[in-house]
Amino acid sequence: MIKSYKLRRIISNALIYILLGGLGLIWISPLVYMIIHSFRADGGAFYSHILPWPNADGVRFTLQNYVDLFTKADNTANFPQWFLNTFIIAIFSCIISTLAVMMVSYAFSRLRFPARKPLINVGMILGMFPGFMTMIAIYYLLKALGILQLPHLALIICYSAGAGLGYQISKGFFDTIPRALDEAATIDGATKNQIFWKIILPMSKPIIVYTILTSFIGPWTDFVLAKIIVGAQGQQYYTVAIGLQIFIDKEHKSAYFKQFLAGSVVVAVPITALFLFLQRYYVEGVTAGGVKG
Amino acid sequence: MKYIDYVQLNPFQKFWYNFKNAMIALPSNIGKVFKAIGRFFKKIFVGIGKGFAGYFTRFVKGDWATKLSYIIMGFGNIVRGQIGKGIIFLATEIAFILFMVTGLGQVGLGWSGIYNLGFFNNGKIGFHEKAYWAVDEVTGRRVHMPADNSMKLLLYGVMTLVIIALFIVIYVAATKSAYKVQQMKAAGEKPQSFKEDVAALLDEKFHVTLLAFPTLTISIFTILPLIFMILIAFTNYDQSHNFFQWVGFETFGQIFATTGASALKGKTFLELTKWTLVWAVFATVLNYILGMVVALMINKKGIKLKALWRTLFVVTVAVPQFVSLLLMSQMLDFNNGAINLVLQHLGIIKEPINFLGDLSHPWIARITVIVVNIWVGIPYTILITSGILMNIPADLYESATIDGAGPVRSFVSITLPYMLFVTTPYLITTFIGNINNFNVIYLLCGSAQQSNELYRAGYTDLLVTWLFNLTTVSGDYNLAAAIGIMVFIVCATVSLLTFNLTKSAKNEEEFS
Repeated sequence: MIKSYKLRRIISNALIYILLGGLGLIWISPLVYMIIHSFRADGGAFYSHILPWPNADGVRFTLQNYVDLFTKADNTANFPQWFLNTFIIAIFSCIISTLAVMMVSYAFSRLRFPARKPLINVGMILGMFPGFMTMIAIYYLLKALGILQLPHLALIICYSAGAGLGYQISKGFFDTIPRALDEAATIDGATKNQIFWKIILPMSKPIIVYTILTSFIGPWTDFVLAKIIVGAQGQQYYTVAIGLQIFIDKEHKSAYFKQFLAGSVVVAVPITALFLFLQRYYVEGVTAGGVKG
Repeated sequence: MKYIDYVQLNPFQKFWYNFKNAMIALPSNIGKVFKAIGRFFKKIFVGIGKGFAGYFTRFVKGDWATKLSYIIMGFGNIVRGQIGKGIIFLATEIAFILFMVTGLGQVGLGWSGIYNLGFFNNGKIGFHEKAYWAVDEVTGRRVHMPADNSMKLLLYGVMTLVIIALFIVIYVAATKSAYKVQQMKAAGEKPQSFKEDVAALLDEKFHVTLLAFPTLTISIFTILPLIFMILIAFTNYDQSHNFFQWVGFETFGQIFATTGASALKGKTFLELTKWTLVWAVFATVLNYILGMVVALMINKKGIKLKALWRTLFVVTVAVPQFVSLLLMSQMLDFNNGAINLVLQHLGIIKEPINFLGDLSHPWIARITVIVVNIWVGIPYTILITSGILMNIPADLYESATIDGAGPVRSFVSITLPYMLFVTTPYLITTFIGNINNFNVIYLLCGSAQQSNELYRAGYTDLLVTWLFNLTTVSGDYNLAAAIGIMVFIVCATVSLLTFNLTKSAKNEEEFS
């Protein structure tokens, strides 16, 4: 009896290993494909082999795609500039959005004032409109305000202006910090301002890291807004997302496909590393607001 | 069911009982939602009315300085020693008047903004439909002027209205403050100095400090564009009307039309709405259930290398979506795309499949995007649910096994109800996120499915991607705005209804 139970467990575990192995292979293979082919020497866009073959010189793998990516700057491609643009935009919008989110969520979680409930409701309602609806209006607004001549500033504003609406998750987190702490601090003579900076913020490391993480990654991954704001401007203002998409549109695909793969790897690797490193915070962040556990 | 019966149920039965009740109560809940919306508006109007009532009583009770503050903002404060505060009020008033009169030199801002909004020209926004000749006031020469740009005028008009609204708020606050300082004087108290006011901003009034900046940016870059687009839905601003006018609900008539000139738009709207809902349900439910199955497999007792398995899946979450989706669109390509190559190598198919571009069989592309979305979405579910799955008491599973339940049975009867109970808010957000899931569709399909049978849309387009095409490619702004409002109504209804449901579940605290 014990033996058969053991046998059954071994079989079921073996099945699970096979399933997990197969699924894991499927899940990871597009990324492996991307990495392998970014080192490919042979061929262009429409490559008829699954794995790279040696080219006419007998070379199978090369670093040339990466070298091209970072050194060639012409009318179509200017990856180093795009990378720098995105980095600057990401840094600024990350700082502004994180501050905005923390401020709004602290106010809604800890402070009591007459307009609190109505403002929370307004925030919830605003969040339900599809973001794409207002994009074109934002474009004309920025144009009217004359900010469109400074595309980077325009993008920073776009990414951070509405950040305060994303308060739910961190508000959920602040709600879990015992109010007795605030009361004790108030009795000791601390102002609300001091409580915010010296008590609540130091206790909220996971949620701050989560907010920084998401708002820093945002500009790297946003495609649509960037396309509308800077898509019509010169390519020296592009972010990596638009630039990489230019690489694979119909005109440029045959010449730039391998650079597209290399560029994707360059963008994906740091973000992936950052994400895996801070995964714990991400999960804590999402579950704090979205899940009642 | 009586309370005594209810408490004897096991947690899962309780959940289903609540769920069933919520479903039965759905019609009355919908009614309640409308009632709540009505109450919301009533509250707003009552609040405004009360504000005005207070405004007049304060005027009657105020002395001469307070009364003068109703015209010259901040006067009462200055007279009674609150100089800093008074000067700020006064400066606001002067700035506002200057803005309204001069409009900062822009046609359409300030007074001319209101003037151009169509009140004086039969609902047409602007006055000059065509380019015209005008006399330059400075040089006296005749100059050729371009036609009025209604879009710009409307945008500026909305800006002016927002500024007027903000000014009214400050104005009422100023009169209140003048009256308050009068009362304080009468009671023999010393009014707070400017310094004390500033100090209060870091303590009792800290919310003002915290919320001022975010509220400002949100008003300018979220609310203002939103009002603008909502208003656009009631105009005829499309590709052939740069000079447009108010048309009321005509655009909404177009998206529900079944016959006549707008039949194609109506048909497209119906088709895309159906597909959006099908997509949202499939994308949400499949990802949720399959993701949980994988998470259960990874977390099963006796499975080794858990971290490795998890990382294999989670890496796809970490890779930016535009990278992974653009890559996928390349791999699914008809011409030597990697997936076609692999399938041909393995001998599964003979001819390459046109995954995304087959116009005669749109269901191929539809299935493809759902499958790709599984690839994108399962890792998220694994990430979110792993921790919660571990919290399910193991003895529940053990007793189920003893009672003879297989893995499927215990998944359906134990895991699912438990997870549904805990993660309903997450499911709602995901569902709404999927209705608005722009990236997967747009980056994967682009315009590959663009079809002549639909109005500027393809069979894989969701309402939001259609909206995007209408604004950026074809310039049918009014239609796009109307669709945006419809999407909002759908999302708002879903959230409000399910919010009620989770509320009923929230009272249930034994479930842990």
